[in-house]
Amino acid sequence: MIGKDRPGIVADVSEALARLGANLTDSTMTRLRGHFTWTLVCSGPGAAEVDAALGPLVAGGQLLATVREVGPEVEAAAAGEPHLMSVHGADRLGIVAAVTRVLAENGGNITDLTTRLTGPLYVLVAEVDLPAGTADAVAKRLAEVAGGLDVEVTLRRTEMDVL
Amino acid sequence: MTDPFNGWTPEALGDQGEVLPVVTAPDAVLSRPGPEVDPSDPKVVRLAADLLATMRVSPGCVGLAAPQVGVSAQVFVVDVTGHPKAASVHGAFALCNAKVVEATRWRPGREGCMSVPDLTGDVKRAARVVVEAVLPGTAEPVRLTTDAFEARALQHEIDHCAGLLFLDRVAGAHALHQRKVYL
Ligand SMILES: [Zn+2]
Repeated sequence: MIGKDRPGIVADVSEALARLGANLTDSTMTRLRGHFTWTLVCSGPGAAEVDAALGPLVAGGQLLATVREVGPEVEAAAAGEPHLMSVHGADRLGIVAAVTRVLAENGGNITDLTTRLTGPLYVLVAEVDLPAGTADAVAKRLAEVAGGLDVEVTLRRTEMDVL
Repeated sequence: MTDPFNGWTPEALGDQGEVLPVVTAPDAVLSRPGPEVDPSDPKVVRLAADLLATMRVSPGCVGLAAPQVGVSAQVFVVDVTGHPKAASVHGAFALCNAKVVEATRWRPGREGCMSVPDLTGDVKRAARVVVEAVLPGTAEPVRLTTDAFEARALQHEIDHCAGLLFLDRVAGAHALHQRKVYL
């Protein structure tokens, strides 16, 4: 869902889903340049029913909802070592493409990512699972690519304390 | 609490300093590691005085490092006096060539930066540190033990001197927060 932000959207949408018997599971909501955005997974009714239930909320044209059926959830395999990549610098075309290509070429899988543009400053923070033993090589290649783009990049192992 | 500075106060600089403009990211000087300085160099003493003057006129500013006024050098000032998150407080001071020699009790906390005005970030920092440095205008090494918010401020400023911003240390993809509201 994406649209003009206003107080109460989450309450309205989740209420419509609850009335339909749709069980809201994983979701993430944030505001992107002032737009309300919410990506969510729910189980229960079919896509057409959900679409219909959200009808009144999107009728005003301020909110856009796209409903699709997705396959059953897949048990994620333990994939490599979790790392955190920070990139910042002057905004220019292609920063995200260039640094994430380095991760992809090395078998890295991005599990979470945020980008922000504030004034001339572009910031990217990505959580990425890297195949065991590849971090040093990835960091070296990232530094080369970042140098060419005139941005700063750091790659750190994510600390995980299981309590 | 014993005084690690042996009575040193900013007055010892003998200079009121000048308020300098603060540079913001993505200015390259913020990402360049600053060289060590000669603490007795009059230019370094002047720089420390300028940093103090600039910090004092900046609302909510608890620390400022040389790269933030466009000078690549290991000099910074800190003053967390009156801050609600502070425990140990050593008043306003300036340090050259500072190094963290002990860091324990890591805690997350949200921090901002005058050089990154529109964002804040959650950063894990040691809540207790021992820092070795030299006071500007002197040759004597000092050893400062502190905690809580003053420890966080010191680590943030020492990072600046090494060409690092809090953006390089945020705790995760959801640890970056927007200050400005786009509406
Ligand atoms: Zn700062």
